[in-house]
Amino acid sequence: MIEERFDAIVVGAGPSGNAAAYTMAKEGLKVLQLERGEYPGSKNVQGAILYANALEKLIPDFREDAPLERHIIEQRIWTMDDKSYVGMHYRSEDFNEERPNRYTIIRAQFDKWFSRKVREAGATLLCETTVKELLRDAKGKVIGVRTDRDNGVAFADVVILGEGVNGLVGQRSGLRSELKPDSVALAVKEMHFLPREVIESRFNLKDNEGVVIEAMGTITAGMTGTAFLYTNQESISVGIGCIVSDFAENGATPYGLLEAFKNHPSIKPLLANSECKEYAAHLIPEGGYNSIPELYGDGWIVVGDAGQFVNAVHREGSNLAMTTGRIAGETVVWLKRRREELSKANLAEYKRRLDETFVMKDLKKYRRIPAFLHNNKHVFGLYPKLVAAAAQTWFRVDGADKLSKEKEILKSFRKGRTLSGLIGDAFKLARSWR
Amino acid sequence: MHIVVCMKQVPDSAQIRVHPVTNTIMRQGVPTIINPYDLFALEEAMRWRDKFKGALTVLTMGPPMAEDSLRKALTFGADRAVLLTDRFFAGSDTLATSFALASALEKISTEFGAPAMIFTGKQTIDGDTAQVGPGIAKRLGLNQLTYVSRIVELDQAADKIVVERRAEGGVQILSTRLPVLITMLEGVNEIRRGTLDDALRAARAKIITWNAADAGITDLTLCGLRGSPTIVKKVFAPSPRAEKAHKIPTADVPVELLAENVISEIFKRQPAVEGDLMKFSAGQ
Ligand SMILES: Cc1cc2nc3c(=O)[nH]c(=O)nc-3n(C[C@H](O)[C@H](O)[C@H](O)COP(=O)(O)OP(=O)(O)OC[C@H]3O[C@@H](n4cnc5c(N)ncnc54)[C@H](O)[C@@H]3O)c2cc1C
Repeated sequence: MIEERFDAIVVGAGPSGNAAAYTMAKEGLKVLQLERGEYPGSKNVQGAILYANALEKLIPDFREDAPLERHIIEQRIWTMDDKSYVGMHYRSEDFNEERPNRYTIIRAQFDKWFSRKVREAGATLLCETTVKELLRDAKGKVIGVRTDRDNGVAFADVVILGEGVNGLVGQRSGLRSELKPDSVALAVKEMHFLPREVIESRFNLKDNEGVVIEAMGTITAGMTGTAFLYTNQESISVGIGCIVSDFAENGATPYGLLEAFKNHPSIKPLLANSECKEYAAHLIPEGGYNSIPELYGDGWIVVGDAGQFVNAVHREGSNLAMTTGRIAGETVVWLKRRREELSKANLAEYKRRLDETFVMKDLKKYRRIPAFLHNNKHVFGLYPKLVAAAAQTWFRVDGADKLSKEKEILKSFRKGRTLSGLIGDAFKLARSWR
Repeated sequence: MHIVVCMKQVPDSAQIRVHPVTNTIMRQGVPTIINPYDLFALEEAMRWRDKFKGALTVLTMGPPMAEDSLRKALTFGADRAVLLTDRFFAGSDTLATSFALASALEKISTEFGAPAMIFTGKQTIDGDTAQVGPGIAKRLGLNQLTYVSRIVELDQAADKIVVERRAEGGVQILSTRLPVLITMLEGVNEIRRGTLDDALRAARAKIITWNAADAGITDLTLCGLRGSPTIVKKVFAPSPRAEKAHKIPTADVPVELLAENVISEIFKRQPAVEGDLMKFSAGQ
């Protein structure tokens, strides 16, 4: 048992736990952070997009020494069928700005760097230490944690749970129910190594410019999901993810999907001659607003993936994790300064503050999307096929006049889906989007 | 009782690759670990430390990042950690390494008390020489017990130690006087996890860091590349010896006959084996 009492114990050293620990330690609180992995980042899936804004709010000059790969100057959104893609690409010199907005990163390196900042701010980090359960006093207030180490008990005024998507501590301690298979995605991912110059010429890049491809369509075999490809300095992250209950129903394997995606005629040349070094699988909470569990109680707060804070539509997660972590930390600092108890009533301030941020506003805006996608699977199969066929009809020069082509395209849509179906989908999507 | 364990941070050989063209080891991005053999030494040392309520110091020579492995040793339960680091040590062979470590051990003796036992692992997984331990013993004039599989008895009052040592053809039981240098064999114990208090202490511990001068080394020509007479003439990756392999065809052979075929092939090529086996089974 650790005799010493801490102001706060943070479970997990991912983006959310680090943000919370950093915020509190910097303000002089005594913080103990516990991480199950051998080092921060050792359990985290490799390539990812870093959204600068959320990190800037914590560490304004992070660009000076954070391990960043490339800043993104081009976004490609693809709708794919088996042979083609129809894409919307946006590329702009404006993204070559002094303080770029989005970067590719390699999580293992980034999390290590972030953790160093947390320790420099004064928090104490113990790795290879798994939190097993929360400890409560007679009144049910959380007063500390039990770890898997011998004499493994530590006490604090508040426990911040940044334990990621599985959230076993929270589950075991009865703070929330098990993950539902229809509100969590399983993503698989690989890192493909290529020389810098090859990546730059294949993607039309210079210096540290980067490209992101996000794709949907027949590549997910009719399941709700997306695929992605990010350029790092000397590697390409490529992956695909679908809702877990869809996998169960469909019988497809995540690895099989990834193989098919990599072998798609539009993707294969981008990865040619690369050396695949790492393979990883991870869950993403995608239930959105309606699946957010209890976020606070007597002596505890939930942050990051453990609180289902992921915007699946925009593939944002780490920025929501950092923001919820920061706000949880700020709330604790604020209450401590005012010598207030870290009770459920007082910690409600955390939720009040969150409601004012993009985190809650965005999740609320998209609260109907998960159900829409779940009930409208043709979005992932039929529409991509129709769109690709339409593009082909339009671009092929074959002697048919343009008006007939337009009619043919319209007809194909109406044959694929009734007119009321088409209008209904548009209406439902618009409503979910609002 | 004061015990010192000398250990080394090494690249995790399970994750190392050899460059296909230059044949050099590609260390870039390869995670580092405590030399696995050293963990058996550390655990053994901790057990005796616990028994005699002594103190345990871990010592390593290496680059500044070797601090990670020392901190890990503190997490397991070591009491104190010393990092010997200096650019003058770069390129040390086993002679120069044992010189530097012996110097640091003398300094440890004066600062923290003379150790009754100094442990090292059997060998490292990156150099594989097994020379550094004996090199230290020789320089410090200590008795040495190598390839120790068990410490049978330790009588501090009588300064006596009895160990089992794995030797070719059997186990030797050896006895000598303290202080002693022991190189520990693998598989003899399992490293403990360390308590939560150990982990907290390790996270906050200050690693004692010495350069060559701190360790009392005045003659730098005995250190690093200059103090290392060993010259690596050539490094090569062994190529698969396909020509030495005999193929025993299995296609179209009925399953019942497979084992039969393999055995008769072996006997055909190694006639002595058949005779030995016959003799062996006759003797049973
Ligand atoms: C394939 C994939 C791609 C993604 N791409 C992006 C992207 O491009 N951009 C983006 O912003 N987001 C992305 N995300 C989402 C993002 O990874 C997460 O939202 C983010 O990592 C959440 O941070 P976190 O700190 O809440 O959880 P995590 O990063 O999961 O960290 C939780 C930490 O807690 C530790 N832990 C868990 N349980 C315990 C315990 N009991 N005791 C001690 N420690 C424990 C874990 O070891 C881990 O280190 C992606 C996710 C996946 C799976």
